[in-house]
Formats: sequence, structure tokens, C-alpha cells
Amino acid sequence: MSTRNTKIMNRFDVTSRLIARLQHEEAVIGGIGNTNFDLWAAGHRPQNFYMLGSMGLAFPIALGVALAQPDRRVFALEGDGSLLMQLGALSTIAALKPKNLTMIVMDNGIYQITGAQPTPAANVADIVAIAIGSGLTNSAWAADEEDFERLVDDAMAASEPNLIAVRIDDKPGVGTTRRDPVQIRERFMHGLGVREPL
Amino acid sequence: MPIAEQEGSLQPTQAASDRSWHGIVLQTLKRNEVSLIPYVPDRVLTPLIKNLHADPFFTTFATAREEEAVGIVSGAWMGGRRGAVLMQTSGFATLANVLASLAVPYQIPLIMFVSERGTLGEFNYGQSLVCRTMRPVLDSLALEHHTITRLDELEFIADRSIKQAVTTQAPVALILSPLLTGGKVFDK
Repeated sequence: MSTRNTKIMNRFDVTSRLIARLQHEEAVIGGIGNTNFDLWAAGHRPQNFYMLGSMGLAFPIALGVALAQPDRRVFALEGDGSLLMQLGALSTIAALKPKNLTMIVMDNGIYQITGAQPTPAANVADIVAIAIGSGLTNSAWAADEEDFERLVDDAMAASEPNLIAVRIDDKPGVGTTRRDPVQIRERFMHGLGVREPL
Repeated sequence: MPIAEQEGSLQPTQAASDRSWHGIVLQTLKRNEVSLIPYVPDRVLTPLIKNLHADPFFTTFATAREEEAVGIVSGAWMGGRRGAVLMQTSGFATLANVLASLAVPYQIPLIMFVSERGTLGEFNYGQSLVCRTMRPVLDSLALEHHTITRLDELEFIADRSIKQAVTTQAPVALILSPLLTGGKVFDK
């Protein structure tokens, strides 16, 4: 649970490693700001959803997708500051136990996008301990990039919701998502097989 | 005791509650294939919540916050499953951000049932003030909303509003007035 032995990684690199391992049209929900900017930069996929507001709702949105499509694996990317806004969502997910939901927390201890102010949790709270205490027993820190990839592979076969926390650097996102909410939502629904294009 | 509580809460069987306000809401949700029901509880909503839990057609569960529930049903809609959020007036008051940044711009047919506190016999000053923020927020985003006061109009309004939300891809708030539900009174 300790963060002391975890390597400080990079959000874009870790996100790219996740995307490279997806082979079954898994859904990926990108939280507000840098998490979805790096998801976008890693290469758009029809199964990606990008939030443009509603800070803290990446995990609840992913839970909804997971409940609607129990045969599809769903990943959610969230920042530590965003997660702090909606810690109750961890207990909701633990109570519902969706088998197909994997939560990834990018933890740099700062609100990078607003000027790198430290979060109230920086240096005092442990995201994985919070997750385990919320009932998500299958939660772990990724020690390094290879460990992250191993945890993702484990998640693919998991029978309960799981959370992977990654300590990341203070770099901004690499790309900028095209802010077209209707098109983002519509293309995501096409990607999930819910709708056909006109 | 309000009429609504005399029915439903003691008799969770569907037949007995079919013509109660909560029986009509449950049947209307089912007929429109709205099956995912996250909620933050409210005393008045208790018989509805109890009967939803008892019916395996529905996935009914509590969330920690109302905006969390909005996120869940938004994700479910995109995944092809319909949902509705149950809440109280004070819970709606927490939703301006998620309505303006998720439900409206992404054109998600968010279906909300709001048990109305703060009027027609409210005993808590804070509740009466929170209630006054609800319709201005709905109107500021030009969101469809109806205040349901009569049992004989409930099914029509709820059924048509759900269908309109889905076909026009726009949120709707159905406000359940104390005139319909009996509300919550001081001796509770």
C-alpha cells in the first residue's frame, strides 16, 4: 500500500501502454482535463469517452457503462483531485461489484491544469488505502510501468471491480481533446454498438 | 399520516399499490424500459424505493451524491440502458454543474424524479429556501420540467415526459408535489 517504492511515471506514457493492450473494444472513460487529453493523444478510438466538465464523474459514468454492458470491459481514467470530489463513488462501486470495471487513478498530488496547486490529500492521504477502505479490496499501486501492464492484464480477467493507482509526474497532457460533446457522445455510442451512424 | 404512506409502505405488493402514486411511477418506468434506478433517499419516496428494490426488473441502489447518480445513468444511457434518478429537492440543488456540463451539452435524456420539499407545509426554513432555487436552475438551462399535483395526471405526464426525453435526447425533471404524495409534515 505504501507509495514509497512506486516509481513516478508519466500519464501519457501509462495511458498509451493501457491503450496498446486493448484488443476487445474495451470502453475507456477519460476524466476531466489531463486524463482525457492524454487519452485523446494516445489515439482516438470509437470506444473512448471524453468528459468536458462534471469533475469527479469518470468512475460513475464508467459504472453506468459497465452496468449497461456487462460483457464489455470498462476502464476509467481519473485524476487524484477529481477522485477526491467523489470518494463516495468508490463505495457505490464496491457495493454493486461490477465484474467488468477497472479504475485507474493518476496521482500527482496536484491540480496540474489550474496551476499545480497541491491537493488537500497530497502527502497525507493514500488513494489505495482509501479505495480498500471503501470496499474495493482489489486495489494496488503500480510499482513501475511493467507492473502497471501486469495489473492491467490481471484486470482483464478479474471477477470483481479493481483499482490501479499510478504515481505520475507534474507534466501537462500531451494533446487537446476536440470539445464537441454531442459528437463525442454519439461516436461513443456507435463504438459501443448502441447505435449506427445516420 | 399522508395517504401515500398509508398505502405502499406497509404493503409492498404490486397489486395493492398499482393506483397509488408510487405504483403508477413504478409501472410507467417499467413500461418505458427504464430499469436502472440510483437514488439518494427521501422519506416521501420510501414506498417507491421499497417496491423498486422488491422488483427484479429494476437495478435499484443508493448513491452517495445525486450527481454521482446522474453520472451513472448517463453512462448507462450511452451503453444502451435506460435509467432514472430519484432525489429530494435539496439533492437537485447540488446538480447545476453536472446538468450544465454533462447532461445538457452531451444531449443525454436524463430522467429525474424530485420529491418536493420546502413548500405546502414545510417546517424546515433551509428546505424552503433550497426549494426556491430549483425551478430557476431548471429554467436557466431551459430544461423541461413538470410539477405533478394530481394522481389522475401522473401517468400521462410521466409516460409522455419519459418518451419525450428519449426521443428529443433532453433531460426532464418530474417534480412530485406534496399535493400528490402527501409530502412530509412536522410530526414525522
